[in-house]
Amino acid sequence: MTAVNESERQEVEVLLPWHAAGTLNRRDTQRVEAALANDPELARRYALVREELGHTIHLNETLGAPSARVLEQLFAKIDAEPARRGSTSPGFGSRMSDFFATMSPRAMSFAAAAAAIVILLEAGFIASVLVKNPSVGTFETASTMGGAKAEGAYALIRFQPQASAADITTFLETNKLSFASGPIPGGLYKVKLAPAALPKDELAGLIKKLQDDKIIGFIAASE
Amino acid sequence: MQTTSDEVLIARIAQGDRLAMQVLFARHHVRVYRFLLRLVRSDATAEDLVSDVFLDVWRQANKFEGRSAVSTWMLSIARFKALSVFRRKPEEELDDEIAGAIEDQSDDPEITLAKKDKGAVLRHCLTSLSADHREIIDLVYYHEKSVEEVAGIVGIPEATVKTRMFYARKKLSELLKERGIDRGWP
Repeated sequence: MTAVNESERQEVEVLLPWHAAGTLNRRDTQRVEAALANDPELARRYALVREELGHTIHLNETLGAPSARVLEQLFAKIDAEPARRGSTSPGFGSRMSDFFATMSPRAMSFAAAAAAIVILLEAGFIASVLVKNPSVGTFETASTMGGAKAEGAYALIRFQPQASAADITTFLETNKLSFASGPIPGGLYKVKLAPAALPKDELAGLIKKLQDDKIIGFIAASE
Repeated sequence: MQTTSDEVLIARIAQGDRLAMQVLFARHHVRVYRFLLRLVRSDATAEDLVSDVFLDVWRQANKFEGRSAVSTWMLSIARFKALSVFRRKPEEELDDEIAGAIEDQSDDPEITLAKKDKGAVLRHCLTSLSADHREIIDLVYYHEKSVEEVAGIVGIPEATVKTRMFYARKKLSELLKERGIDRGWP
């Protein structure tokens, strides 16, 4: 042994079984290969490791396989298990991840590039429309009553999903309210509470009172 | 042809997909069985444990975090099941079983014949190793587990994995030597 000292040989020797099985990381693989190339005694011992590897596989392969009863036994046990909350069909997220998992890296890179191009084209189109027509993009609902600030006290209200039209009508009549605008995103309506602005405390009290109504999901003062 | 990965199957099993369970079973049950059989040395016990291992997979699929390969995870479960059997069995019964398994059969005509075949003797010696040594040799050579994976399955530090494997091989050489085969190592 010339190029490899005894301590290095011992360190490498313990790695030989994993080298033979092909389960070493790249760095250790290179280390072992370099040592084997320079150390004939280590190479001889490596041949013994390979012999053990071959016979261990042979031995295990002659052990046979379990009988079909194991699968039957397993599913009988599974049947006896409490039902799962999840369904037997995979969800959308699971199907998507399966779909991407089955794509080859090349197909995946093509798909990603195509998606990026589509997004860029869309962004370009939207930008060009905005440049030509600057008013586009200013949100305005069909029922908005103009942009001028209106006089009065207002609140934004979201009704409970189960509230009927009759419930809402009754609620508005009872409290002498009227719709100012809406719906806006989020299912909100702007409701006129009073013809003139209310003092802060009075407005807060009114909001709290309205909030207690069972058909109200959300309410907040608005300008 | 691409096959569904074990990780995807586990995700489906977590959703209660029985077909995914069947696929995973078909893919791994033989190796799990052989790993168990080498530890417990009883066909019937190994078969019972295989279904227990896969039942645990069914129950715990939603907890699998993917920090190890699915096969490594299953071998960890299998090992735990085998140890549970050892803990349950009365000591005398276990001793008889082990003694039967590792009995020196040097006068057995079969072994006498086998001596002519170095490979057969080597395989006989592999079955005569202690449970710890059999286990580590199988994990490394047959189940193709890395140092890190073996450490995870057996629950010992990586350095101990390396030294245990070294001593298992050393013991194997000693057993071979006792049967007239000197490999010149260690």
